[in-house]
Amino acid sequence: METTRKLIRKQSLEKLYNQLSASRKIYAPVIAADKKVEYKYNPSFADVTFDHLRSTLSVKNVVFPKVENLFYYSNSKTESTIADIDLNKIPEVVLWGAHPCDTAAFDTLRSIFCWDITDEFFAKRLEKLVVIGLSCHLSDEYCFCTSVGLSPNSIKGSDILLSPLQNGDFVADILTEKGNNILLSSTELFESIGEVNLNITEVKQKFNHEQVTAKLAGAFENPFWVANSLRCIGCGACAYVCPTCACFDIQDETKGKNGRRYRSWDSCGFGLFTLHTSGHNPRHVQSQRWRQRIMHKFSYMPDRNKSLGCVGCGRCSSGCPVDMNIAEQLEALQNI
Amino acid sequence: MSDSIYKPYLMEIESVIEETSDVRTYRLKFKNTADAEKFSFKAGQFGEYSVLGEGESTFCVASSPTRKEYIECTFRKAGRVTNALANLEPGDTVGFRGPYGNTFPIEQWEGKNLLYIAGGIALPPMRCLIWNTIDLRDKYKDITIVYGARTVGDLVYKHELKEWEERPDIKLITTVDPGGQTPDWKGEIGFVPAVLEKVAPSSKNTIAILCGPPVMIKFTMPVLKKLGFQDRDIYTTLENRMKCGFGKCGRCNVGKVFVCKDGPVFSYEQILTLPEEY
Repeated sequence: METTRKLIRKQSLEKLYNQLSASRKIYAPVIAADKKVEYKYNPSFADVTFDHLRSTLSVKNVVFPKVENLFYYSNSKTESTIADIDLNKIPEVVLWGAHPCDTAAFDTLRSIFCWDITDEFFAKRLEKLVVIGLSCHLSDEYCFCTSVGLSPNSIKGSDILLSPLQNGDFVADILTEKGNNILLSSTELFESIGEVNLNITEVKQKFNHEQVTAKLAGAFENPFWVANSLRCIGCGACAYVCPTCACFDIQDETKGKNGRRYRSWDSCGFGLFTLHTSGHNPRHVQSQRWRQRIMHKFSYMPDRNKSLGCVGCGRCSSGCPVDMNIAEQLEALQNI
Repeated sequence: MSDSIYKPYLMEIESVIEETSDVRTYRLKFKNTADAEKFSFKAGQFGEYSVLGEGESTFCVASSPTRKEYIECTFRKAGRVTNALANLEPGDTVGFRGPYGNTFPIEQWEGKNLLYIAGGIALPPMRCLIWNTIDLRDKYKDITIVYGARTVGDLVYKHELKEWEERPDIKLITTVDPGGQTPDWKGEIGFVPAVLEKVAPSSKNTIAILCGPPVMIKFTMPVLKKLGFQDRDIYTTLENRMKCGFGKCGRCNVGKVFVCKDGPVFSYEQILTLPEEY
């Protein structure tokens, strides 16, 4: 659809927030007690932050929960039954104030979950999601969205993208049908707009992702992987905070004769991830797992899913306990 | 399959065969007849077998698609799920999701000789294919099966080996590792590569299907090359740890190739293009 640009003043934004949260769950960023940023369901508008850099965790859990029940079962010697999850009970959620890297990740996740056959759990959650993005006026040394084809105000994944103005008001770009429905239902809050000066941060480009992808095609056996992963402790934090990591485990949990089969976040950084029952492990050392992580995101996914597996949020690097910096490594890879 | 891609069919164990001390074969029937009617698969495909409460485990369908009333699976008691499976009895319930993965290109092989080479517990993933081509016997020329196990006790499908041995249109060579023979053992004694070299089947107009532990593959490949087999005429089936079976959970890939989607069947020509991640 044709996109529309409107002005929304700070006080109108509060009205919009309250209107949206009156009828739906709204998931918005707040400053937690430890000063870290986290997303919460239905916080009051006064607590919602517009000045956050990056939340500790990404927001992928709105479409890909940490733990998602796949079905319930009852199993005994005499009877086994399976009860489906009613996907129609998945509620509508408004994601409020997510930065462009995080909103772009929904497209990446879609390219995994809806590749070949559609994962209906993911697809339903995405269908019920309305995304109100927020362009960044802050960035730090870990940010590298501009290296992966995005920017601090890219529209990918947003239904409405809010961009801050110097005076505290916002530009609202109405980008999709879902966004337009919000405009139509609260049309009095949106004003027409002329030329404006957006208050958007600058993020320096660190590498060229196309060159990295091209380089990776011949880099499988390169000593780079060992040299650059010796300090990796395989903790999986990078995958845990990553907005696009989608690898999962499937497990059963039973109490008495009743139980559930669920999937939960997993990580290619774990040795158990690929361990065969026989004891054989195709990726038996950490350097092979680090290579898998980079290869998957920057080589296999562009080839297979037609999507880069990284949005440049910088969480994996800022959160790494041994200070492995993915952007630095990709920059180095580009030049090997 | 029902609407959820993660929901297994419920199958009833119709019969159990104790193949060895730790290997069992189950014949499974769909509990829901509508499921049975819409289900179909081809040789080479695999499924996720589950015991509700214990989890899922991946193995190939071991029966032939030409036998439509049931599917069979053969598994070794090894981990949590297979141990739980092994504790079941006829009448008990097993979950099954599938079929997944690609298939052996048996239509392309019509009019050719087939050479099956299997070691140990790797005969089950090949058994589907063997029966499939035996059931379509007039479409293929010579069928030769070379099967080896560590000991006589470790040979699976003993009842079928006897049947294949007695058939005039199948050449079966069984072997056990030195020391693995019993006093009345009539088969070969020696490792599969050595026995293959001794039997020396012709590579002319022949497809070789090879399945076994990595060490067997490693030493059998040079023998096949020596016999004149081209990489494109040698097939195998890979296994890697899997959870979903349809290219999403992210763990079975070998380089950019998903064993669950692009495999499990690969020609050796394809294998040579893959990194060693299997």
